[in-house]
Amino acid sequence: MPAKTLRRLLGLLRPFWRGMALAAVLSVLTIAASVGLMATSAWMISKAGLRPSIAELGVSVVAVRFFGIARGGFRYLERLVAHDTTFRLLADLRVQFYRAIEPLAPARLSRYTSGDLLARVVDDVDALQNIYLRAVAPPLVAVLTGGLLTLLFSAFDGLVALTALLCLGTAALATTLLAWNLGRRTGQILTQQRAQLNAELVDSLQGMADWIAFGQTDRRLEALNQQIDSIAAHERRFARLDGLQAALAILFANGVMLAVLIVAIPRVEGIFLATLALATLAAYEAILPLAQAATYLSASLESASRLFDLADQTPAVTDPLSPAAFPARFDLVIHDLTFGYSADAPHLFRDLNLTLPHGQFAAILGESGVGKSTLAHVLVRFYDYAAGHIEIGGTELRLLREEDARRIFSVMSQRTHLFHTTIRENIRIARPDAPDEAVEAAARAAQIHEFIAGLPDGYETYVGEDGARVSGGERQRIALARALLRDTPILILDEATAHLDPATERAVFDTIAHTCQGRTVLIFTHQVRLLDAVDAVYMLANGVLHPLKREKPDSEAAS
Amino acid sequence: MRLTFMATIALSVTGGICLIAQAFALSRIIRQVFLDHAALEEVSGLLLIVGLLVTLRALLGWGAHRTASEVAIRVKADLRKRLLVHLAALGPTYLLGERTGELVTTATTGIDALDPFFRDYLPALFNALLIPLAILLVVFPLDALTFIILLITAPLIPAFMMLIGMAAGALARQQYARLSHLSAHFLDVTQGLATLKLFNRSRYQITTIAHISDDFRSATMRVLRVAFVSAFALEMLATLSVAIVAVEIGLRLLHGGIPFEQALFLLVIAPEFYQPLRTLGAKFHAGTEASAAAERLFAVLAMPLPPRPARAVPIPDRLHLRFDNVTYRYPDSARPAVDQLSFEIHPGEHVALVGESGSGKSTTAALLLRFLAPDSGQITVSGVDLAQAIADQWRTRIAWVSQSPHLFQTTIADNIRLGRPAAPLEDVMEAARLAEAHEFIQALPQGYDTPCGERGLRLSGGQAQRIAIARAFLTDAPLLVLDEMTAFLDPQTEAAVQSGLRRLLQGRTALVITHRLHTIMQMDRIIVLHAGRVVEEGTHSQLMNQAGRYRALVEVFDPVTHAG
Repeated sequence: MPAKTLRRLLGLLRPFWRGMALAAVLSVLTIAASVGLMATSAWMISKAGLRPSIAELGVSVVAVRFFGIARGGFRYLERLVAHDTTFRLLADLRVQFYRAIEPLAPARLSRYTSGDLLARVVDDVDALQNIYLRAVAPPLVAVLTGGLLTLLFSAFDGLVALTALLCLGTAALATTLLAWNLGRRTGQILTQQRAQLNAELVDSLQGMADWIAFGQTDRRLEALNQQIDSIAAHERRFARLDGLQAALAILFANGVMLAVLIVAIPRVEGIFLATLALATLAAYEAILPLAQAATYLSASLESASRLFDLADQTPAVTDPLSPAAFPARFDLVIHDLTFGYSADAPHLFRDLNLTLPHGQFAAILGESGVGKSTLAHVLVRFYDYAAGHIEIGGTELRLLREEDARRIFSVMSQRTHLFHTTIRENIRIARPDAPDEAVEAAARAAQIHEFIAGLPDGYETYVGEDGARVSGGERQRIALARALLRDTPILILDEATAHLDPATERAVFDTIAHTCQGRTVLIFTHQVRLLDAVDAVYMLANGVLHPLKREKPDSEAAS
Repeated sequence: MRLTFMATIALSVTGGICLIAQAFALSRIIRQVFLDHAALEEVSGLLLIVGLLVTLRALLGWGAHRTASEVAIRVKADLRKRLLVHLAALGPTYLLGERTGELVTTATTGIDALDPFFRDYLPALFNALLIPLAILLVVFPLDALTFIILLITAPLIPAFMMLIGMAAGALARQQYARLSHLSAHFLDVTQGLATLKLFNRSRYQITTIAHISDDFRSATMRVLRVAFVSAFALEMLATLSVAIVAVEIGLRLLHGGIPFEQALFLLVIAPEFYQPLRTLGAKFHAGTEASAAAERLFAVLAMPLPPRPARAVPIPDRLHLRFDNVTYRYPDSARPAVDQLSFEIHPGEHVALVGESGSGKSTTAALLLRFLAPDSGQITVSGVDLAQAIADQWRTRIAWVSQSPHLFQTTIADNIRLGRPAAPLEDVMEAARLAEAHEFIQALPQGYDTPCGERGLRLSGGQAQRIAIARAFLTDAPLLVLDEMTAFLDPQTEAAVQSGLRRLLQGRTALVITHRLHTIMQMDRIIVLHAGRVVEEGTHSQLMNQAGRYRALVEVFDPVTHAG
């Protein structure tokens, strides 16, 4: 399984191989310059120790200076190329990932609705950008550098060269294996533990009022402390391993040098000994990043397999092969609709029926969790329906193009996302070509214009990340303005006024009734307020719609 | 902790001394073989010493690494615990203003960001001071010229680093900030995918993402080209200094100005002299990143805590509650949420608290639960000032049924056990039965072992409230504080909740926040709040006859129930 993921992951890197190869070569050249600097310096000192004429040192003096400058130059170029490639890769990964999940949203992403989980997935995409720099390049550079060093040493003595190759190879292998086997496992446990602490913290902070009110403060804090201590214990294990790698780096680098020296002393001219020793030490720079490479690789593979799992799902809804034409009328008829989220999940709707002539103003009442939002999502084709019919002006909804279905319904949903941009742009998302006046008219109808106009930056105010800078009620009204701006035949308001005070709520209802003449309006609510304004009221319970009395709802049934 | 940190420094410096000794031994070996033509056996003793020194260095390196990590691990665990204790002391009302997600980030990744500072940056800082100093001390008696070269070039490296930190580094940081901005944009679009799709705008984003990313790349590369030049200069300075030392001693060696063994030693030690300085340069931004994370953390820790009683007074058994001119203003609000509020509740009495939203009902409940402490005035229980009691002890006397009870990520049974964690299952079931929750729990496939919360079963509003009522039954506290739901419940659920509540009220003193006429009419007395003050008080019929605020409220709020 990891091999398959790895192959797929490397496939993603393929378009960038030129940049990566160039960066790897430059990286090898950087280390080669270090080796050259130490080797020529050592040779120069050794030669000078024999007190030759100054002319004999001339070349080596120039070489020392050349390598000194070259190292910096190569490093500079390597960083430029590597960063450029990484940014290109990241852009490509994001586009590919987005392209893959766009058809899946939101049905197949429902596991990720809590935002935090989705953030982790997005972090996975970001994590993959490092795969080249930290996981793929190091082994490449290590192999190339090892080869070059062996080639260099074989000019002095074959056995010395072989010793260097074997010792460096063993060190590289040992470092990698240790990191791969131990690091991966501890790293995984640590990641899990952190996620668990995260979940516990969210749970504890959100429920703080409850545990404090029940006098459980000490107990709860004690449980959290235990979790923190357990993370610390795992971090300690991880640190032990990290320390081991640091110690092994010292041991191996000098050990290889010592081995080269022992083999070389009886076999190589004394003048080259210092060169061999210092060149070996300098070359070890290529082995060092291997300690992290394995950890990065396993982390990248995990991120990748999570992403592939996500992207490999089949969309919940696909366009029909020969789509029906956009309907001319918009009477909504639901006939014997049966729906459950999956084949084995309990049915949310069982033979649900509804007839809504175009232009009606209707409300559907229901306790939270009873399926009101689901019904809206089925209508906008976020989910497919297996049994029953939904007809718009006589055309079966399933036979329409997805985007055409969404040109019929405009939904103000409970979980509307506000984008990190201005209020104006947030409203305009509903109709990108809408003039400013239309945006403001929609805001007026949603009773939010005055609030916006009162802000120092007015419509140009940034709402913050997912609308962090506006309150729940303001967010709802911005979302409502969006839905109103979009001039579709049918408007669905899902808990549109839940956060509003009664007076504002009343005003919103009145404007909707006024401005939406000629459109069908369907209100989903769990509150029994203001139902006097609507034409028809239904109650959703046990998977079916029960018509309640019109004009004045049946008080027996509703209270 | 300080001791552990000092151990890190001691271990690193000892490692540095071993390194110097190793360089000495290595130079001697090469001199003996090269100039004195010694055989392998003759230098085997020295080779063994090098081997031992290497082993020792490895052990010391391991120790230094471990102790440095230990400091980081302990600091982090400590800060996490302090943060949680502080948050618990600040209470749930503080959390309403803060975003939970942000606080969790501070407690987890925010504190993790301190890790590189304690583990890498601080030790690197000390190493960069001490190890070059040790090398200088050894070099000085050996060769004055090299000593001077090292002494002059060494301060240039930190100086360069500071320049980088100020000029090019600032640019690079700006770019990195833009990078995280870009990640945030991508996350924003991904999280808003369903919304984009609703408006048929999701496919359009593909081109937008590609464009923004590419624009960012070319802008960043322009900046990085400059930023890397300074890193290049730094690298160059270190490498060229080694080259200068090499050439300088090489030339003097030629004229017999320095013995070979010493010259070789200097060559070996020169790169090691610059290494700690370069490491410090590489860890430099760990320091700045940590300070940004710490800022957020210490801002929370600096929030003042409500005062604690010096000497805890026990609370009398008789529950005669009195609010005496109690005033509380939220820190970011202009006017008090409750203003000179005075009322009392007699033992066994059921009192309804009504008023429009913002009139101070929830604040009153929060003050009674001691989530908040009054700015002025007093809350007393049979004459004992509540502020003088231990909050947790007082809370064991209260059964709190909130409007939106939180269901923890554990089983339904453990959720009911919240106030009495050791309660046997029979008691839990009995409480659930009294709360009319037993039936729907039994109908679940896993019954009382069904997991709740974010990843578990999502209960409907009516079910969640019945769990809260079961919690209250199980704790069996004499004072009931109830914040009734306003949500629509289907008739069966509504009836179940109401009968559970009626049973819970029996034999308890109660303060009930409600909008439902149905509930209000069962109360002994009604207190009407407006702008944080009591404006009307009496029974339903008394208040209806007054034609005041209460009557207006009843008519506006709940026309349907009112009609019934």
